[in-house]
Amino acid sequence: MTTMTAAGDAAHTRHHWWQHRTLSRFLRHRLAATGLAIILMLTLACLLGPHLLPYDELTVDLRARFSPPLTQDHYLGTDPLGRDIAARLLMAGRISLLVGFSVMLISTVFGTLIGVVAGYFRGWVGSVLMRIVDAFLAFPSIFLVLVLSAFVEPSPFMITVIIALTCWMEIARIVEAEILSLRERDFTIAARLSGASARWIMFRELVPNAMGPIIVAATLTIANAILLEAYISFLGYGIQPPLPSWGNMLNSAQQYLADAPWLAIVPGITITLAVSSFNFIGDGLRDALDSRSNLP
Amino acid sequence: MPADVMIETVALKKHFPVRKGILQREAKAVRALDGISLTIRRGEVLGLVGESGSGKSTLGKTLMMQEPPTSGQIVFGDTEISRFSERLLKPFRRRMQMIFQDPFSSLNPRMSVGDSLTMPLRFQAPDMSASARLDKARQVIETVGLSGDILERFPHEFSGGQRQRIGIARALITDPEFIVADEAVSALDVSVQAQVLNLLTEIRHRWQLTMLFVTHDLAVVGHIADRVAVMYLGKIVEVAPTRELFTRPRHPYTEALMSAVPTPERRAHQRIMLEGDIPSPISPPSGCAFRTRCPYAKPACADSAPPLDVRGTGHYAACHRPELELASPIAT
Amino acid sequence: MTLSHPPALAVRDLCVTFQRNGCETRVIHDIDFEIAAGETLALVGESGSGKSVTSMALMRLLGRQSRAAVTGQVALHAATEREPIDLLQIDDARMRQLRGRRIAMIFQEPLTALNPVHRVGDQIAEVVRFHSGSPRRQARAQALALLEQVGIPEPSSRLDSYPHELSGGMRQRVVIAMALAMEPDVLIADEPTTALDVTVQAQILTLLKTLQRDTGMAMLFITHDFGVVSEVADRVAVMYAGRIVEEGDVEAVLARPLMPYTAGLLASVPRLERAGLPGERLATIAGRVPDPASLPAGCSFQPRCTFAVPGTCDSAVPALASLKAGRRVRCTRAHELIPAEELSPCPQTS
Repeated sequence: MTTMTAAGDAAHTRHHWWQHRTLSRFLRHRLAATGLAIILMLTLACLLGPHLLPYDELTVDLRARFSPPLTQDHYLGTDPLGRDIAARLLMAGRISLLVGFSVMLISTVFGTLIGVVAGYFRGWVGSVLMRIVDAFLAFPSIFLVLVLSAFVEPSPFMITVIIALTCWMEIARIVEAEILSLRERDFTIAARLSGASARWIMFRELVPNAMGPIIVAATLTIANAILLEAYISFLGYGIQPPLPSWGNMLNSAQQYLADAPWLAIVPGITITLAVSSFNFIGDGLRDALDSRSNLP
Repeated sequence: MPADVMIETVALKKHFPVRKGILQREAKAVRALDGISLTIRRGEVLGLVGESGSGKSTLGKTLMMQEPPTSGQIVFGDTEISRFSERLLKPFRRRMQMIFQDPFSSLNPRMSVGDSLTMPLRFQAPDMSASARLDKARQVIETVGLSGDILERFPHEFSGGQRQRIGIARALITDPEFIVADEAVSALDVSVQAQVLNLLTEIRHRWQLTMLFVTHDLAVVGHIADRVAVMYLGKIVEVAPTRELFTRPRHPYTEALMSAVPTPERRAHQRIMLEGDIPSPISPPSGCAFRTRCPYAKPACADSAPPLDVRGTGHYAACHRPELELASPIAT
Repeated sequence: MTLSHPPALAVRDLCVTFQRNGCETRVIHDIDFEIAAGETLALVGESGSGKSVTSMALMRLLGRQSRAAVTGQVALHAATEREPIDLLQIDDARMRQLRGRRIAMIFQEPLTALNPVHRVGDQIAEVVRFHSGSPRRQARAQALALLEQVGIPEPSSRLDSYPHELSGGMRQRVVIAMALAMEPDVLIADEPTTALDVTVQAQILTLLKTLQRDTGMAMLFITHDFGVVSEVADRVAVMYAGRIVEEGDVEAVLARPLMPYTAGLLASVPRLERAGLPGERLATIAGRVPDPASLPAGCSFQPRCTFAVPGTCDSAVPALASLKAGRRVRCTRAHELIPAEELSPCPQTS
């Protein structure tokens, strides 16, 4: 028998072709690429910006109250206490983005765990887990968040945990559906017939093949979490002043809508920009990671 | 049980419930295996042929204890394993392995060839070191005609034929005694199929393997099998040594199946054309299940299911009309 | 191959080039063949040989997004037209009209051609109505007649079935009924029996032959199975790496392949006749089908060919030489490998 080495095959070769293809397909998605650029800029600005601005976010300057944008060094104006809005916006961004990413991490890990266990074991284990998911989904998430946050000290950490509690179900459902189909594939059966442990099959055979949908859902979760955080902070249950967050900046702007509209417009636009950027990235990833092209 | 029997089934049944309504009541069942009694001798290749819906793939999977049978026994070596839990089955998993049909689905696309190959060893030889496992993988991958330096590559870099070789290597890595090959060459191009068939013949002798070779392709089974069993609607209708079966079929279904195979040599030969399709295994016909399509059926065939009776040395057929002179496409 | 009538389908210099990652890859090279009315030409090859791309190109089914450039001539001589129509020159609207009416296609997987949410009777009637504009009632009657013609038992009750209620063989019969609704002059069948069991395959092949005898259509039958070729075809063209490498009458080619690739392919099929005889190894062809993006120099088969001569076979692509009795072979060494009496070329038909 001649020894054959792998050479190019018409349909399925090129070294790591899918990586290139995935990337180029993502970047071809114009909105997604724009979204990615905006998020990168926003993150950079939130990380570096506060060090570059002449004011910090807590400095009160009563002489400069209600300065409109572009007054001297107050590029985005000041608030009713004369604090610099640009500084507050960027510091708020740190908190909002951090909450978004943390929620994404927690709910993705938790949701994936629930989904993979439910999908792999099926039977009564799967039924019980998925009914719990349904029960959580049955509550409107805003309501759930507000009820929970009424009971706890609203620190950024607790806010993150509370929001994560309402965000993991979507991922659990996506993962469960994906695992249910993957577990019937021959490579999973081969592992089972070799005596592989449940843990191996779940985390080495199944989860890596479900990464595409998980990544997409995780991205959309960030958008959702940022929005939820803004929402509860706006209602006063979230991040508490003087710590700034995009939501509580909107809250404090309510009274002055007519006289100082920039107080609401600036954080409002930022929230919209961040949330829609993450949504666009999610859409782009969905197209680029389309499971049909990754699992032959 | 005689020492030369590798695996034996007794009245093996596998029914898949068809649930209906909101209460998920078990209304009916697909009788995929409807009483299979079969022995596979040590060192032989038993071919299993039949059309889709015959239950041939289910038999292979049930022998591998992918799911427990509904009733009946599976005796592997001298142990009855059909009621074993996964924990009790684990030591047997090393001794029996499976080769799959679809080379694009049988390897994990996110796992390197090396990881896929050594996976069975992690669980069947936990004492082996990682480097010893890789050495073993290298050794096995070379016996299936691939080079040892492909272990770090991923399945998408290989053609269908190469993937099938990797799948065969994975089945061989635990030094099994018994292999179920489920349509192992059906998805391959003609010239690649010949290469893989040659490889299977070679390793079968080298490893002294016992094999159940499940396929729908009669020419392929004729090439590789020592004995052939023909299945129809969950039952074995005929089993005989390969040459005997092909030259002296004793069941009308075997005759019709062979007659339907188009071959390059036999142009426009007289054909025994079967009417219609294989009936649904949910409600198979009464008596002999083949009678609805059988050109020789008599009213009596509807009364009882014919038993698998001796028709010659090692030749069994389940037909109410043993007197029939059936034609073979092969001139003897 | 002097034909009194022009062939129903004549393909000349058909080339297909795909644009992939900015570079052009030619996957089909100068295909030419003719099929007379009532005749069946089988196009055989392994996966990647280009046989399916050829059929898609003929039907103009290579979509815009696949960025395929198709050149050459595909002359369809419909019985109703005086002049042949070049399918590659007409506009999309005209092509849609011809497709189904004068040239039809059936595929390996009948489910792709059937709409799962519509009853099969309505789907057939829809095809009839689209092409002939006959009223609903008449179209339904015609659908019933078609189902009967393709041998579906109890056709009147089957009219109201949904595709998923039918078996694979029955679905393929429905698809054939739809393809033949307008009695096309040319039928392209792309592996129509590959997904079916042998007993059902035998039924479908017989059906196609009967229908062809009744309607006189020309058939291009694409398959990888030489058994099926011998069953349905009059002539066979073997494809390798996007080129026709051998063509001739089925009996002649199967009995005496002239191109080493055809010979190798035929030898690698296990023979039913030898079933259960102490097995020798099957003959194999070393190596594998080349990537169309990097074809070997000269004859595409040369690196795998046991007869290849360095300096000759790898210098230029051999021509498809015409021999006696409509046989053609693409091999530089044909003169040495083939007895002289078979070689004497016949006058080329235009």
